[in-house]
Amino acid sequence: MSDVLARVKKIVVEHLDVEEEKVTESASFIDDLGADSLDNVELVMAFEEEFDIEIPDDAAEHIQTVGDAVKFISEKTS
Amino acid sequence: MSDTVFPAGDLMKGKRGLVMGVANKNSIAWGIARQLHAQGAELAFSYQDEALEKRVRPLVESLGDEPFMVTADVSDDASMEACFKTLEDKWGRLDFLVHAIAFAGKDELQGSFTHNTTREGFRRAMDISAYSFVDASRRASALMPSKEEGGGSIISMTYLGSERVVPNYNVMGVAKAALEASTRYIARDLGPLGIRVNAISAGPMRTLAMAGISGGRTLMKTGKDWSMLKEDTTIEGVAGSALYLLSDLGKSCTGEVLHVDAGFHAVGVPDIEDGS
Repeated sequence: MSDVLARVKKIVVEHLDVEEEKVTESASFIDDLGADSLDNVELVMAFEEEFDIEIPDDAAEHIQTVGDAVKFISEKTS
Repeated sequence: MSDTVFPAGDLMKGKRGLVMGVANKNSIAWGIARQLHAQGAELAFSYQDEALEKRVRPLVESLGDEPFMVTADVSDDASMEACFKTLEDKWGRLDFLVHAIAFAGKDELQGSFTHNTTREGFRRAMDISAYSFVDASRRASALMPSKEEGGGSIISMTYLGSERVVPNYNVMGVAKAALEASTRYIARDLGPLGIRVNAISAGPMRTLAMAGISGGRTLMKTGKDWSMLKEDTTIEGVAGSALYLLSDLGKSCTGEVLHVDAGFHAVGVPDIEDGS
């Protein structure tokens, strides 16, 4: 879990150009981290690449916070 | 992709062109731009709106030249007019055009084409993905040098879903068929002026456009497994083909749809398990 969180954080920090402290598990990509809808698509693509998984559209729609992403990825990769 | 090295040279030296449709570093248009730049081209980039400008600007700045960026909403005549006016004022002429723009609603990129395609969705996909090429080609050709002075070259980006049925590609396949037909008709009109017009039909790649298509991963995997080369389509390959078509290497080639997809387009039946 913590490994997934660290990798997710790294991607989010790089992609959205935000400070690491802001990337908490409860942080919403759009509301707290300044992402727009294109950023969301790009983040999902980056997660797919990093973890070699597929995130279908209906699942992607429910990934709104850093914690959502970590939870989905952890379930997929465990 | 950012590690990709594009061969340098002078094939595009002295040529100026507009690249439409860069969205991020994975964009096919961006790979093409990097290749053209490595061969000495001077580039202008158009972007749809602020959200895209924010993404494109750092990429363009990374090329090291003074960035030349101009807004162009291809669904709006006034915006297109202003874009090409800016090009004319700054450069006076244009040698090439790269068109890598398409759009279809997410709801229409899944399930049944017959049942999910609305009149408005159809109209919009055709307008942005096909008509915009006709419009941009007309405007670009007006700025291109005469045949004696070198003419010009124009490319569009298409995909096999125009010729064959690809699940979920749906209305975009129909729009790409229109784009390819438009490419041929424009090639005929502009041929006597020394302007070549071609399309590149690239295999599936991990771009923003691909992310919009339901089951994109399966398209990628099938594209590789069924291909003759047994590999994904590479940006080097697509960008190299663009360089060929846009430089004088592509002389005599027009009205063509060039498949750059590891051979996938020509395969009728996938490998047979018994090894024959």
